[in-house]
Amino acid sequence: MGLLRPSLPPGEVFGALAEFATPAELYHACEGVRDAGYTRWDAHTPFPIHGLERAMGLRASRLPWVVLVTAVLGAVSGIGLQGWVSTIAYPLVISGKPFFSWPAFIPITFELGVLGGAFGAVLGMLAFNQLPTLHHPLFASQRFERASDDGFFISIESWDPRFDAGRTVDLLRRLGAQEVELVASSSEPAKPGDATTRATP
Amino acid sequence: MSDPGHHSAPSSARPAVLRAASLWLPAGHPWRRLPAIGLVLAVVGLGASLAIGFMSEAARSQLWHSWLVGSLFVLSIALGALFFVLVHHSTQAGWSVVVRRIAEDIMATLPFLALLFVPLLAFGMGDLFHWSHAKEYLNTTFFVIRTAVYFAIWSALAIWFGRLSRLQDDTGDHQLTRRMRKTSLPGLLLFALTVTFFAFDWLMSLNDGWYSTIFGVYFFAGSAMAFFAFFALAVIAARRNGLLAEVVTTEHQHDIGKLLLTFVAFWAYMAFSQFLLIWYANLPEETSFFAQRYTGSWLTAGAVLLFGHFLVPFFLLLSRFAKRNPKALAALSLWLLAMHLLDLYWLVMPKLHPVGLVPSLLDATALIGCCGVFLAAFGGALKRQALVPLRDPRLPESLTFENM
Repeated sequence: MGLLRPSLPPGEVFGALAEFATPAELYHACEGVRDAGYTRWDAHTPFPIHGLERAMGLRASRLPWVVLVTAVLGAVSGIGLQGWVSTIAYPLVISGKPFFSWPAFIPITFELGVLGGAFGAVLGMLAFNQLPTLHHPLFASQRFERASDDGFFISIESWDPRFDAGRTVDLLRRLGAQEVELVASSSEPAKPGDATTRATP
Repeated sequence: MSDPGHHSAPSSARPAVLRAASLWLPAGHPWRRLPAIGLVLAVVGLGASLAIGFMSEAARSQLWHSWLVGSLFVLSIALGALFFVLVHHSTQAGWSVVVRRIAEDIMATLPFLALLFVPLLAFGMGDLFHWSHAKEYLNTTFFVIRTAVYFAIWSALAIWFGRLSRLQDDTGDHQLTRRMRKTSLPGLLLFALTVTFFAFDWLMSLNDGWYSTIFGVYFFAGSAMAFFAFFALAVIAARRNGLLAEVVTTEHQHDIGKLLLTFVAFWAYMAFSQFLLIWYANLPEETSFFAQRYTGSWLTAGAVLLFGHFLVPFFLLLSRFAKRNPKALAALSLWLLAMHLLDLYWLVMPKLHPVGLVPSLLDATALIGCCGVFLAAFGGALKRQALVPLRDPRLPESLTFENM
């Protein structure tokens, strides 16, 4: 969440990572984190969970607007280019039709609209997801590898205005987390168990 | 995958017991009067049309043209419903099970709509068609036979899929789902061929000597769009009237809205493809159709179609709000149904009124009468059976369906 994540010096706490046993527990924990007012956090699951975006309080994606704008730009450039070429740059009479024969321009206008929309969708998606991200501090946690297998996680990042190592860990515990750990910031993949500090109960 | 609840979050769980009142048309529900209301409209509308139409020679010609537009309007909606049911089965769709029965009730009108074409065949042929080309194909005998075949195939498909679906309500037999899937594929093939040739016969051949190979698809695109508009209206109205509560949700409405958007775009794609090739080649025998529609107020009607049938609803329907908000989608659907009517009017009438659009009282009475027949048949089907396929194996999946 959020486009600007400050870079932390290595060793400082990046955030709290909590593991939950089931999708249902994660779902309710997300509602708890949302209601506690956190904004810089995320949920990590091996498969999509219906309605999780509501439990997390996510707003509707802004991506459709990006796609709309880039698609319209593509279409406008399509008709603009053909119109300019046919009327100003190199006007030719083709089968007795007017220079600005708009019906003939529609297919390319349509295709460039689709192309613009497709570029907007893919590049916008990458930008909003901050991809490509070659390394992420959460990779320091061994347990986190199971987020792509059978683990259900919530991570709350330390630059959240409400973040406080002690209280955030307590909240996650109260919300039913099996394990909570504080993950240190690192610029490189850590050796197993290296940069991870287990939060003491 | 058979357990749709597995990945669902707790909040999306629905009550396990559905109320009977939302699955059947309850006794005393106003919609139980639909057949009666429809019959009154049919008798008044069609009766008035015949009475006015037989007053003079000119009125008679107007009568059959107006009758044709009205009949095509309701027929196209029913054909769209048949298409939807066929596609539902052939793709093994899960989300649409809860709304499928409404579509089946709409397609169940097909055998009754055949009645509307009987007077056209018996009395209207001379006024409607002036064929001078392709006599071996366009002659009255063969034309009547073809029309009978189209309606026989559509009625047979509608009755077959309606009956198997109703049978499953009683037996709960999962094999029926498999049987409907298997028969839906040849059904789609038959549907595509009959709708194409129907459009060639009843619409394209109105313009003597003019042909366009894409015309059948154009008619189909408009029909499917009109169906989804009517479908959205029916579902929204049902929910407003306390039917299908906790069964059909905003999620299903959202998907119907998406399909409506799809066919708004598909119609425009077909309309433009037809126009572009004819405009570009500029061959006299092909351009006659558009030359006629560039005359007088028909050009205005065409411009209204361009904006009202495509550009404006297309951009409005892109919005998630327009698809999920019942009032917004209902308003757009009503508007698109009106545009579909104008589209049919624009296809049929320029031959009768070459210089421009001439509204007639017969247009209104014939439309009211045809809609009456449609409503009566639709209302009868609604009363006869449950409002959802009660024991379809994918019903649980459909009940918990959510757009991501």
